[in-house]
Amino acid sequence: MTMTMLLPQGALRSGARKLTSAPLSVKIGIAIIILYLLMALLGPVLSPYGEAEIVGAPFEPWSDRFWLGTDSLGRDMCTRLVFGARNTIGIALMTTLLAFSLGALTGLVAATFGGWTDQLLSRLVDVLMSIPQLIFALLLLSVFGTSISTLVIVIAVLDSTRVFRLTRAVAINVAVLDYVEAARVRGEGPLWIMGREILPNIAPTLIAEFGLRFCFVFLLISGLSFLGLGIQPPTADWGSMVRDSATLITYGDITPLFPAGAIALLSVAINLVVDWFLQWASGLKGD
Amino acid sequence: MNALSKLILHRLALGALTLWIVSFLIFAGVQFLPGDAATEILGQSATPETVAAFRKSLGLDLPFYLRYLEWLRAILHGNFGTALASGKDITEIIGPRLLNTSILAACAAVISVPLALCGGIVAALYRNTFIDRAINAVTLTWISFPEFFVAYILILILAVNTGVFPSLSQVDANMSLLDRASAIALPALTLAVVVMAHMMRMTRTSIVTLLGNQYIETARLKGVPEWRILVKHALPNALAPIANVVVLNLAYLITGVVVVEVVFVYPGLGQLIVDSVQKRDIPVVQACSLIFAATYVLLNLTADVLAIAVNPRLMHPK
Repeated sequence: MTMTMLLPQGALRSGARKLTSAPLSVKIGIAIIILYLLMALLGPVLSPYGEAEIVGAPFEPWSDRFWLGTDSLGRDMCTRLVFGARNTIGIALMTTLLAFSLGALTGLVAATFGGWTDQLLSRLVDVLMSIPQLIFALLLLSVFGTSISTLVIVIAVLDSTRVFRLTRAVAINVAVLDYVEAARVRGEGPLWIMGREILPNIAPTLIAEFGLRFCFVFLLISGLSFLGLGIQPPTADWGSMVRDSATLITYGDITPLFPAGAIALLSVAINLVVDWFLQWASGLKGD
Repeated sequence: MNALSKLILHRLALGALTLWIVSFLIFAGVQFLPGDAATEILGQSATPETVAAFRKSLGLDLPFYLRYLEWLRAILHGNFGTALASGKDITEIIGPRLLNTSILAACAAVISVPLALCGGIVAALYRNTFIDRAINAVTLTWISFPEFFVAYILILILAVNTGVFPSLSQVDANMSLLDRASAIALPALTLAVVVMAHMMRMTRTSIVTLLGNQYIETARLKGVPEWRILVKHALPNALAPIANVVVLNLAYLITGVVVVEVVFVYPGLGQLIVDSVQKRDIPVVQACSLIFAATYVLLNLTADVLAIAVNPRLMHPK
């Protein structure tokens, strides 16, 4: 009893120790991610105006009332920037979670069962991956139309192929190890083998991959919104905010760089943390 | 027939199969569409008889596999059909745009490939030093940036503040070469920056993996000078992974080109596909996706074949 209680605590403590000894860039990265999450959670409390509320004339310059001016319809840029956090991050997170559930589950199934199940799933994924993701997404969006639910499903299905490949590749190495064989011999079902034997051993790889996939999905959705094919108005979203205010840049006004920079900064922060986590996880194996 | 050409032929056959599957996917994907082209063009008010007659004239009353074969046959003859929005011939719309996009991608490749390879090799040779860490930090930041962020920063610096290049890339056939080059400079630079970061990181990884091999260690223990290890032992084996990295990243250009063309209002294929998705002009979207996907498949195929062809272990069959 005490042993099982000690283990996670020990892991937690060593994780915390690792964190305090992490390089400065990683700490900054984590601080930025926390800041974004706070902004997403507390958005409506922080912002002075409503999400789609028209509060001034179109394209008003920066002032005390409107810190970053107003957009093409006279909505406060600063408010929409704050609301954009919950919309953009929320939708990207939902998509990544869906892609991960789908990809990891099918990947585990392919690795555990092998044989024709594996063949069938792998060839299906090969086919889906033979078209570039953005182009495939554009084709499907033109067929199904651009609503948030189709966007989430289309991107999640396309992205789950990457998760499948990785999960299958690492799980297949674990599936042939002695303790998995022992579990099979003592008669455990496939669910037990996937969930209790294989999954815990590939978790670090999957966690790092989750960060990278989130970044990719986040950038893809922002890109689609920027093209006018992602998150639709009046929902505040960073990609479409760049698109709407882009003309300002030719007058030397840097306002469009704020939503674009917000996307870039979060993505840099996540990449910094994931990069460090990957090095740490590969160091764990070496011990 | 030796093993090498057999391997390459095998890959080529696999590539042809992939192309065929891709064409089928692109055709079949559209069949999910609620309603069809006939109802889309004629609108809600058309009588069932008009729709039926129009369906017949479009060949929509034929069974699915016949329509697919007909579509495939037309495309193999270079005929993509007519655009729903403008009624123009799609091949005519696509032709000049395909040329523009190819020029843009080629410029980006010419800028990025040599720089990326040099950067990657330098980072790998001086790994775990300050130079390596600096290159790592810069490339990690660049790959996290969305393409449009890079584009607008470059516009702000090079077009608005200094006025070196125009911020919109309008090109037409009558422009002089110099004007064309100046118009294309910013989009090409943006694409190059984005692709370069990926390419540099992948080059570094593949060289580091290579230098960790035991035969390099053996050569070093034998007392072979460092330059000789690089040229004689590492380089022949590095060609395959490097060729792979270059071609795979050129495939990445396909995604980048779509966003970059929209930012700079550059009249290429990427802008066309985005416009057509907005108008839901399915035949044009199909034609563009087919071209993009075929390029992607061919580039991946080239990467595989190159990797096989320049692999020194396969060149001397036992």
